[in-house]
Amino acid sequence: MGIRFILMVNKQGQTRLAQYYEYLTLEERRALEGEIVRKCLARTEQQCSFVEHRNYKIVYRRYASLFFLVGVDNEENELAILEFIHLLVETMDQHFGNVCELDIMFHLEKAHFMLEEMVMNGCIVETSKSNILMPIQLMDKTS
Amino acid sequence: MPYGRSSIFKYGLSLDQLAVRAGQIPRPGPQIGPFKRSEPDLAAPHDLLPLAEKFQSWKNLADQSCLDQPVPRQIESKLEQLKTIGRELAMGSHGGFGQSKEFLELVKSIGESRSKSEEDRIILREIETLKRRIVEPDIPKRKMKEYIIRLVYVEMLGHDASFGYIQAVKMTHDDSLLLKRTGYLAVTLFLNEDHDLIILIVNTIQKDLKSDNYLVVCAALGAVCRLINEETIPAVLPQVVELLGHQKEAVRKKAVMALHRFYQKSPSTVSHLISNFRKKLCDSDPGVMGATLCPLFDLVTVDVKSYKDLVVSFVSILKQVVERRLPKSYDYHQMPAPFIQIKLLKILGLLGNGDKHASEQMYTVLGDLMRKCDASTNIGNAILYECICCISSIYPNPKLLEAAAEVISKFLKSDNHNLKYMGIDALGRLIKLSPDAAEQHQLAVIDCLEDPDDTLKRKTFELLQKMTKSSNVEVIVDRMIDYMISINDFHYKTEIASRCVELAEQFAPSNHWFILTMNKVFEHAGDLVNIKVAHNLMRLIAEGFGEDDDTADSQLRSSAVESYLRIVTEPKLPSAFLQVICWVLGEYGTADGKYSASYITGKLCDIAEAYSSDETVKAYAITALMKIYAIEIAAGRRLDILPECQTLIEELAASHSTDLQQRAYELQAVVGLDARAIESAMPSDASCEDIEIDVTLPFLDSFVQQSLHNGDQPYIPEDERSRAIDISNFSNQGHRESSTHGLKFEAYEMPKLPVPSHPPPPVSHVSTELVSIPEPSYSRETQFSPTNPPVPSSDAELKLRLDGVQKKWGKPTYPSTSSSSSGYSSSPANGASQMESAATSTSTSRPGETYKDLKKAEVEISPEKQKLAASLFGGSTRSEKRISTTTHRASKGGGHSTEKSSVLKPSAASTTKANIPPQPLPDLLDLGEPARLSMVAPLTDPFMQLEGLLDQKESGSSGTCAVTDGSNKEPDIVSLYSDLHMDEQSSQSTLNPLAPSESNSSNLRRTISGGLAQATKGPNLKEALEKDALVRQVGVNPTTQNPNLFKDLLG
Repeated sequence: MGIRFILMVNKQGQTRLAQYYEYLTLEERRALEGEIVRKCLARTEQQCSFVEHRNYKIVYRRYASLFFLVGVDNEENELAILEFIHLLVETMDQHFGNVCELDIMFHLEKAHFMLEEMVMNGCIVETSKSNILMPIQLMDKTS
Repeated sequence: MPYGRSSIFKYGLSLDQLAVRAGQIPRPGPQIGPFKRSEPDLAAPHDLLPLAEKFQSWKNLADQSCLDQPVPRQIESKLEQLKTIGRELAMGSHGGFGQSKEFLELVKSIGESRSKSEEDRIILREIETLKRRIVEPDIPKRKMKEYIIRLVYVEMLGHDASFGYIQAVKMTHDDSLLLKRTGYLAVTLFLNEDHDLIILIVNTIQKDLKSDNYLVVCAALGAVCRLINEETIPAVLPQVVELLGHQKEAVRKKAVMALHRFYQKSPSTVSHLISNFRKKLCDSDPGVMGATLCPLFDLVTVDVKSYKDLVVSFVSILKQVVERRLPKSYDYHQMPAPFIQIKLLKILGLLGNGDKHASEQMYTVLGDLMRKCDASTNIGNAILYECICCISSIYPNPKLLEAAAEVISKFLKSDNHNLKYMGIDALGRLIKLSPDAAEQHQLAVIDCLEDPDDTLKRKTFELLQKMTKSSNVEVIVDRMIDYMISINDFHYKTEIASRCVELAEQFAPSNHWFILTMNKVFEHAGDLVNIKVAHNLMRLIAEGFGEDDDTADSQLRSSAVESYLRIVTEPKLPSAFLQVICWVLGEYGTADGKYSASYITGKLCDIAEAYSSDETVKAYAITALMKIYAIEIAAGRRLDILPECQTLIEELAASHSTDLQQRAYELQAVVGLDARAIESAMPSDASCEDIEIDVTLPFLDSFVQQSLHNGDQPYIPEDERSRAIDISNFSNQGHRESSTHGLKFEAYEMPKLPVPSHPPPPVSHVSTELVSIPEPSYSRETQFSPTNPPVPSSDAELKLRLDGVQKKWGKPTYPSTSSSSSGYSSSPANGASQMESAATSTSTSRPGETYKDLKKAEVEISPEKQKLAASLFGGSTRSEKRISTTTHRASKGGGHSTEKSSVLKPSAASTTKANIPPQPLPDLLDLGEPARLSMVAPLTDPFMQLEGLLDQKESGSSGTCAVTDGSNKEPDIVSLYSDLHMDEQSSQSTLNPLAPSESNSSNLRRTISGGLAQATKGPNLKEALEKDALVRQVGVNPTTQNPNLFKDLLG
């Protein structure tokens, strides 16, 4: 299935966005997020951007104070996922302009909409920024 | 030139901004550039719609002007100020309508909360508010949308928002696209596909799929992917199929993915529609084609053969992608549609696996790809890695393998840990095809093994596991065990423990080593390994290694006994291990006469006492006691039972556990027997003898005959019986007739044993169970049988429930009884299969001629490391290695040599370990880089290096960007990154004189310059700005700040 979840968590371990592509209960999510964030925060910057956790492999990347974490299964190309994160950030940057944590907090639904365009069924389906942003821009215009 | 301009632009911005903020913000209504506006009152931003829109348009204006021709710097900075203000406003009221002050407050307080508990308090308060608000009558729709987003926050931060789910469902009915989509989003975030509320949405989805507005259709298709379960697929399937031909590519793409989802959920419902995926692969839109690769990948994974004909298509698509035939918008960091390339490579890898013909069609494009790929960017390396995966999966081609090996060595030599990781992984793939590939990287591999980074270490262990042979198994397993001991993560501990066991079973050079290794594994991870492993170990000790003569076996046993007696004094041993210990002590504790019976029994009592809460261990211990006493009596020695043993036996005889009781009574009975009786009841060392069981139980024949004579029903064999059940299940569905199930179930539980008195002692358990099931429990018969009570008809619901139970769990229970009957006879063979499968060994060829050249290059390598390398890869100590390979498993004469290497190995390991902490970086020297370089490296702040990592990628693209700049095809990206590049370039040029060596240090320089660029931007100025911004933003004076909230993520 590829991508199992996408998380944005800040340095304090506070979740800023969470999207799961398989069903987990609230408690499971809470526990998982806590464990993962603890693991990733404990790592130094030179260490590689991949962590194994339970049966997930987590690819993470830090932007300013915000961690982007993507949980994938074993067959995924970690380096590509790392770049996928960057593509996501670039896309958000293109939309918000100098995107920052607060942009995501104020426009949680838009960040989700972008993700919905990019990932379906745990697969990367769209990587063209214009295609990703078009529906969102159209929606902005009409409403 | 846009580069120069925007770089100054950026700096100008922050300085000017600072000035503006510092001077003017405290006063309300600052003057901003040519436009005179008073600062809007953000306390009620939803009233400010028109103003906000105006600012938005200014923002656009500002954006626009950035892209046009150069503007004098002053105006630029003003424009930029505007842009910022516009954005801040937009934050409060993006999209032209307001978010209420409450929402802003919520986000602000969440953003500023410093701890999880503070956050929880905020959310709990929010829940109370929402519970009250959300049920108010006549809530404006936009307000409701905001409430729903707040509900999303509540769930996201780990609290239950189920009270508001229904509102989210209602919102999906809304006519406004934005509200509808928000509703769908919330529903997909809140509900799983089996939630009761889903049924309310299916209707809406059906309606929306027919909408004229393609964005509505898209939103509905998105929801289909998340919310439709197996049962509701038919409700939307026809519409989804129809939408595959929609004129809008976005709709087609999502329809493909919806179909993919159906396939994932229930392949049978869409099996007739699979051909659509093939058709959509040829869609004119690259987005649709790219999406179609996802379902095709799944399909190919399941069934390679049916898709061999598509190899040509995939290859030609890949070729076109590589030749940049796709729209520019798919480019990422100058790489044409990399994510599509990767997906294609994955599919090709599957299709070419073991298929020479298919693989030959791929060679050319793979070769091109490997040659053309830009290895300076992450994405380029990601593609290269995927190429290697593909190359090592398809039918091998020497040229490609060579190219792959080259790339791998580049990866491994990189300073970047991510690349090292990919390199190790890729090496593990390649090694299957060319086993000598690892040889030239031995030192890099060892560096990774000793790296403090856990992820890298684990990956390296994976690689080592693939490289394990009988010659290096000791070193590898030893390392694994050391690592296993050092970690706490249960999940991984279990995994690595089972890997150790697997390797040890497969490659053990000697029995002695095997037992010692297993002891270590059990001691440290006994609770985590499969209990089968313990049984295997017992069996191994009992049987010895195959054809070995008896003296070797007894040596093995006495060494096992000795090691166990030593270990048993340690506190807190895992249960599985104690079981092994007890069993071995019972069987062989006194066998070689070294230890007296009273000594061994004393130890066994200690175990039973120390682990008094573990009944299994106690059972093993008391049975072991019984064996020791039996041996003593059989040998004609005087039996003296220690007082503590006596107490233990008495205690267990009064135990609550019937099993323990029985064992204790049996022991007491055995002790009372004479030597001859014991000789035949408990022959010594007969644990390996097979116990013959006649499953037809002929001694019961007369009893059965008599019962039949008395009018009982004949026995129905198991398979027929279950079939009868299936049929009755089927036909009874929905009928009240199914009441028979209830009866069946009850009768099954009844302990009426028709044959309680006769069963033979050794199989008593089994046989009683076997016979007891059929007679009373089988429905049809029991109905007629007058002795059984008819089912009470009031049991209607019970009966219903049991119906379900029968479906899910009922079936397995019948086979399980049968397995318990056959279990006795088959149990000796139980572990054997594992051993046998393990014995299929991997290839053991070892060329190693490259070693000499390599040696020259590695003059300065520490001898310890060399030793480790040698023991792993079989380098310099080749003669020794040969001895140990010949002694593989036979191990009689080889004991000496293996002993020797195991002595050598710990010392090597310990010295290298001692070496590492004081000089962690010189490890990099091994790769032959100049010494000066690595001396510079520690100076860079690790944090900066990570920041640099980010910049590095951009700079990779910027380099090429700058070259082709004249044409300037991509205004978007240029405007995004131009400022960054300029910073970097300028700082690079200033740094150049400092850089130690031009050619080698580009990586390093990049990281330094990245860090420098970061530093010159200055976090302090920013923070000040951010504080102001936040104040203005929310219109409230915040007490604490979280400046990070405003940091540019891409900065």
